[in-house]
Amino acid sequence: MNAEITQWDRFLASFFDLAVMQKYLPNIVDGFLLTCHLAILIVISGLALGLILAVIRAYEFWLTSWLIVVFADVMRALPPLVFILLLYFGLPGVGLNLSGYAATYVTLTLVLAAFSEEIFRAGILATPKGQWEAARSTGLGFGQSLAYVIMPQAIRMTVPPLTNRTIAIAKNTALGTVVGVGEILNQATTGQSFSGNASPLVLGALAYLILFIPVVIFGRWVETRFAWRRT
Amino acid sequence: MSDSPILDVQGLRKSYGKLEVLKGVDLAVRERELVFIIGPSGSGKSTLLRCCNRLEESNGGAVIFDGTDITAKSTNINAVRQKIGMVFQSFNLYPHMSAEGNVALALRKVLKRPKAEALERARAALDRVGLSDKAENYPNQLSGGQQQRVAIARALALEPKMVLFDEPTSALDPELVGSVLEVMRDLRTAGMTMLVVSHEMRFAREAADRVVFMDEGHIVEEGPPEQVFGDPQMPRTRDFVSRIDH
Amino acid sequence: MEFILQNFFNWDIVTQAWPLLLRGFGMTLILMAAVIPVGCIGGLTVALLGQSRFRAVRWMTIIYVDFFRAFPPLVLLIFIYAGLPFAGIDLPAIVSVCLAFLLNSSAYYGEVFRAGIESVGTGQAEAARSTGLSGFQTTTYVVLPQAIRNVLPDLVSNTLEVAKLTSLASVVALPELLYSADMARSVTFNATPIVMAAVLYLVLLWPLVRLLSRIEHGSMSSR
Ligand SMILES: Nc1ncnc2c1ncn2[C@@H]1O[C@H](COP(=O)(O)OP(=O)(O)OP(=O)(O)O)[C@@H](O)[C@H]1O
Ligand SMILES: [Mg+2]
Repeated sequence: MNAEITQWDRFLASFFDLAVMQKYLPNIVDGFLLTCHLAILIVISGLALGLILAVIRAYEFWLTSWLIVVFADVMRALPPLVFILLLYFGLPGVGLNLSGYAATYVTLTLVLAAFSEEIFRAGILATPKGQWEAARSTGLGFGQSLAYVIMPQAIRMTVPPLTNRTIAIAKNTALGTVVGVGEILNQATTGQSFSGNASPLVLGALAYLILFIPVVIFGRWVETRFAWRRT
Repeated sequence: MSDSPILDVQGLRKSYGKLEVLKGVDLAVRERELVFIIGPSGSGKSTLLRCCNRLEESNGGAVIFDGTDITAKSTNINAVRQKIGMVFQSFNLYPHMSAEGNVALALRKVLKRPKAEALERARAALDRVGLSDKAENYPNQLSGGQQQRVAIARALALEPKMVLFDEPTSALDPELVGSVLEVMRDLRTAGMTMLVVSHEMRFAREAADRVVFMDEGHIVEEGPPEQVFGDPQMPRTRDFVSRIDH
Repeated sequence: MEFILQNFFNWDIVTQAWPLLLRGFGMTLILMAAVIPVGCIGGLTVALLGQSRFRAVRWMTIIYVDFFRAFPPLVLLIFIYAGLPFAGIDLPAIVSVCLAFLLNSSAYYGEVFRAGIESVGTGQAEAARSTGLSGFQTTTYVVLPQAIRNVLPDLVSNTLEVAKLTSLASVVALPELLYSADMARSVTFNATPIVMAAVLYLVLLWPLVRLLSRIEHGSMSSR
């Protein structure tokens, strides 16, 4: 009985040491804010770039289409961590110094752009041909038809897969820790190794739950709200 | 009726790969005329219609509309399309826009009318097809017949010189067909030039100036409805008419 | 140009690092072979539990799925690898890696299978039951085959993600492909080994990406 209590105490002391938690809370909060703004930047620029690429590809010039396909394939096939390390350790060799933050930002933006380009394109292709024909038959040009008639429908169709993909890529900001970006995970592991105690890790885990549980639930809601019409 | 045709199709050819769908079609439509195209499935009726506003590129021959050859590469096709309305079998309304939004889009973006004027003209067009009270409804809040009338209003709002109809009633439940035919009847009375592909033979008999029978990429026979339906000259026409007219 | 070749495509370094990277590649393949099938089975189990008659069971699967989807996989891995020793549980790196990826991928596969099962109309199950099939038989022979077909693109896409996930094992010093490449990089002070790793990943995963593009476009337009 006694032994059990000491076990339990030891467990509490290594995972929920309030003094340690208090000490490292400010760092975790800093990490939390950094994760948030890095994720927001990535989402905005990644989706914008993906949309631009999908629109360019809709014009079906063989050269641009081919380049975009190669870009999208490479960025989807490569593990993002490989690309981060490549930018972070490779570019200085050619005289370009990228911070860990910049390497993470650039990588995840390009990954999201690649995935979202494919999703937007699938949406454009899934919009019925009759919509193009109706728009063109009233004298709208190709670009106008795309902008006013096709894209609004395509984007609506792509909301659920896009939301899920965006959430998954936002979570990958944790990869930044490998190249020294002071986001949540980085703060948590630093705290853990300085204090020799697992409590900062628990704090970090809590921070991720606070940040992403609402996001995951939001994704679930979006999925039912915009459920695709199945035949 | 003036004598020079507003639409003049000359020796039109169209192939999909090896399949030759139009094998040299000649057809003239005069102003204020209602011309009906009939023929078996796959005979090239839709293809012919879609070549008339270049939704389909032809492989030979010419389509002269109002003095311009629209098959010429130099033609500004978007300007021509304002003057040729088109109504589709499956309506093709934009699902993310209200009825008046559907009608106003081209007025705003092609004719560059200010929003207020575009909406006013859109409502006038909807009024013409008897839907002034549905201007703010979205396509999924309209019946099939109402949707097709919105599509007609969308074509009319640009004040076209001619309207192409590709089976405008064949996706409709029988009880909704009448409302669309009524709009087309009104258009005819108002003097609109129309080229119609349809299986509504009773309407053709009553309203068409001319009926054109197509088969296997050729125009086999054309004439007034009484003649094509009542006394067809060609065996293939006779065969087709006898099968559909009962 | 010379400069770029020197830094990213240095042939001397390629020949030096090749054996090390090949061994790492082997470990990566082993990881994928372990995690993908077990993650799939775990996900299927989660999805089937999600169809349970008991509300409590259904809720527990939802909590399980959302909990592990909320953690970035790297966080889960670090927590298991660096955190559990404090509780007296000392797992070797490879076990930590497999455990973390299983928890993560079974949650994601679970979601995919759930969507698939729900896409099959109840009429199918009713028809099967009406011919005397048991609940288990109905699921195995009627519902699941259709469910899997309906979500095939998502299954392939998820598998691609799990395959890429294995690169995270490098962070806990498991000598898989990326770890070996990074070792070679830090010894040679040259990015060529990472480029080599990238090429190996591309060779392995590019066909999967192509397959995905093909079936994804088909599936969207058929809806
Ligand atoms: N995009 C296309 N690619 C290949 N073949 C086509 C295409 N569109 C039409 N066709 C073929 O061209 C032929 C004529 O088609 P069209 O649609 O003009 O026939 P139709 O007379 O309108 O028939 P229906 O009464 O069934 O509408 C058919 O054999 C059809 O299969
Ligand atoms: Mg047709």
